Amino acid sequence: MKPNDPGITWLEEKPLGLAERLYLPLFVQGLTTTSRHLVSKKNTVNFPEERPAVGNPLIYRGVHRLNRDDEGRVKCVACFLCATACPAHCIDIVATESPWEDREKYPESFQIDELRCIFCGMCEEACPVDAIELTSLLDLTGKSREEMIFDKEKLLSVYDMTKDAEPMKSADLGGTL
Amino acid sequence: MPTVIVDGQEIEIGADERLNCIEAARRAGVEIPHYCWHPGLSVVASCRMCLIQAGSRNAETGEISMIPKLVPGCQTPVKDGTVIVTDSDLVRDSRARVEEALLIDHPIDCPICDKAGECLLQDYHFEHGQSERRADIHAFTSRRRDVGPTVTLFVDRCIMCTRCVRFTREVSGTAELMVSARGAKEEIDTFPGFPLENKLAGNVVDLCPVGALGDKDFLYQQRVWFLKKSANVCGGCAAGCSIVTEHNQDTVYRLKPRENPHVNKWWICDEGRYGWHHLHDPSRLVEAGKRGADGFEAVEWADVVTRLRDDLKAAGRLAVAVSPHLTVEEAWMLCAVARSIDPEAFLALGYVPTTGDDESFPGGFTIRGEKAPNRVGVETVLGLFGAVADDGSVPGWNELLRQVQTDTIKAAWVTAGYPTPDGSWCDEQTAAAFASLDCLIVQDLFDSPLAARAQWRLPAAGFAERAGTWVNCGHHAQSFEQAIRPPAGVWPEGRLFWNMLGRQGLYDPSGVRQQIAESSAAFAALAGDLPNTGVDLRLQQLAAT
Repeated sequence: MKPNDPGITWLEEKPLGLAERLYLPLFVQGLTTTSRHLVSKKNTVNFPEERPAVGNPLIYRGVHRLNRDDEGRVKCVACFLCATACPAHCIDIVATESPWEDREKYPESFQIDELRCIFCGMCEEACPVDAIELTSLLDLTGKSREEMIFDKEKLLSVYDMTKDAEPMKSADLGGTL
Repeated sequence: MPTVIVDGQEIEIGADERLNCIEAARRAGVEIPHYCWHPGLSVVASCRMCLIQAGSRNAETGEISMIPKLVPGCQTPVKDGTVIVTDSDLVRDSRARVEEALLIDHPIDCPICDKAGECLLQDYHFEHGQSERRADIHAFTSRRRDVGPTVTLFVDRCIMCTRCVRFTREVSGTAELMVSARGAKEEIDTFPGFPLENKLAGNVVDLCPVGALGDKDFLYQQRVWFLKKSANVCGGCAAGCSIVTEHNQDTVYRLKPRENPHVNKWWICDEGRYGWHHLHDPSRLVEAGKRGADGFEAVEWADVVTRLRDDLKAAGRLAVAVSPHLTVEEAWMLCAVARSIDPEAFLALGYVPTTGDDESFPGGFTIRGEKAPNRVGVETVLGLFGAVADDGSVPGWNELLRQVQTDTIKAAWVTAGYPTPDGSWCDEQTAAAFASLDCLIVQDLFDSPLAARAQWRLPAAGFAERAGTWVNCGHHAQSFEQAIRPPAGVWPEGRLFWNMLGRQGLYDPSGVRQQIAESSAAFAALAGDLPNTGVDLRLQQLAAT
């Protein structure tokens, strides 16, 4: 669209009135806003000494975990659906035959590159057995890139760490999925 | 010409063609779903998925009379005036019922089933099935038992199409598989003490329309939707079967047969099917090396191109072994390079490994005893360069061994590319024949006694890592594409020869092929774009004369 397009209506700026030219009323208005925020409730927290409140952990998308079943085995059946759904290609699975009678396939290795991950939660949506879930852990730090590639053991340990505070999300366990 | 009417659309078929309704409908662009029918096997009409309405049109009155019942499309031959209806409510309803019946006791374990993504039960249910399950039984078990050393059977996933049973009876002729029990308790099984271990056993996995038969070599390796497919030719023997190389991120995961009526029909042998593991063998040569004071020293490829030429020029009379694993294009360029270095160079066909006689199966499939894909192609190329003996035959490996032990030959260039990780294709005694040479160049996939004696040890590319044309033992030429990149540090032979010829830009196999086709009558059939089933060189020559 060009500036001389007939579809454009050009408006003139209003001339300043007496109050604007004095600028004192506006000055008072600005100071009022400042003083109101000085005394009101503060929303910022002194992270990491203080922790921000997480709303509903069931819909929060933080660090991943790999859930365990009743016998403490990894729930994942290595179907690769999370890796297929992942838009950031951050999940790498090596599948193999499971050592258990009641299962056919399990992940020999399961790695998530947390630096590549965009925390969209598609893996959680795709999982047919509710094995991969996003917790409400939000601070994720490490000293090297290698350290931020979470392997199966680390993801299972995230589950051990969070299982009491955050039960599994599937519907029959009181979750939203 | 006989006319068939498929869903109101009239198509003409050949006067001598014997087609069934599925094939006739396919000509009209209509796909009739089917499980048990396969063009390479006998007809049993047991799955009932291809039920359609058929009838005939009276040639004189034009009146159409339909058969009152649904008929199986696979078992109903078409003739002039046959009317096929595949899109009526009756047919659609019948398909939904068949799908429903199959899914009643099918374990819906698609997430862990290797077939998911290429499963006919999935595809047909999506297209023809109903969205809701009315049965309240959930037979979600998946019993598994091995039926042979390479094939495993997930018993509950089977839909009893019996394609695998018919394959072992009609094509491999070994009849290991059978149907045990009857009715709802039917199962595929082997006879006690006779496991499925024929040389074509892997084909039953390809034939299985669902995930019941699994290939142990591929089981759990990849989900099929991650795999990219490249049309290739098997390099395992002189038959040159058309294959599809399925790969992901430069790693091959499996080979599958590609339908080619002129060569391998729908099948490949297990030797070819599992004959790709050498590509990812850690002991492969991945570095161009020049012999130095202590062992081979790595040389940059750009330097190899110039130094190779200088070394050969300095050495004197040159002998070249053109490997039957090279493509026609590569062999042609190698001969051109050799003749540009030494116009009198002795050119010979490289070592052709053989293991006994050809082995034929009742279904018409033959495994060749000659274990190299392009002997005929290389021989024809050598003929173009005048490398023929007085009796018209092309000198082979034994003649080359004799020549290099004479005083005239000073340098040898042996292209190999044999898929033997232990380098056993050439023993120490044979390698000793090259002892008196000033310069020996060996280009191979793996280290061998011969490579150990070389001044230049160059890595070669595997079958999936090169593009070009191979001519099988029946003079049938097939062009194929490069599936994966060779390991870092490896130049495929074609790229080296291309650069040694001083050509600019990237190696262009199809450009070289056009050049060969234009310059020789023997390869005239290779001009233009080839069909993906290839061309018969002799047939084309006959037609030309």
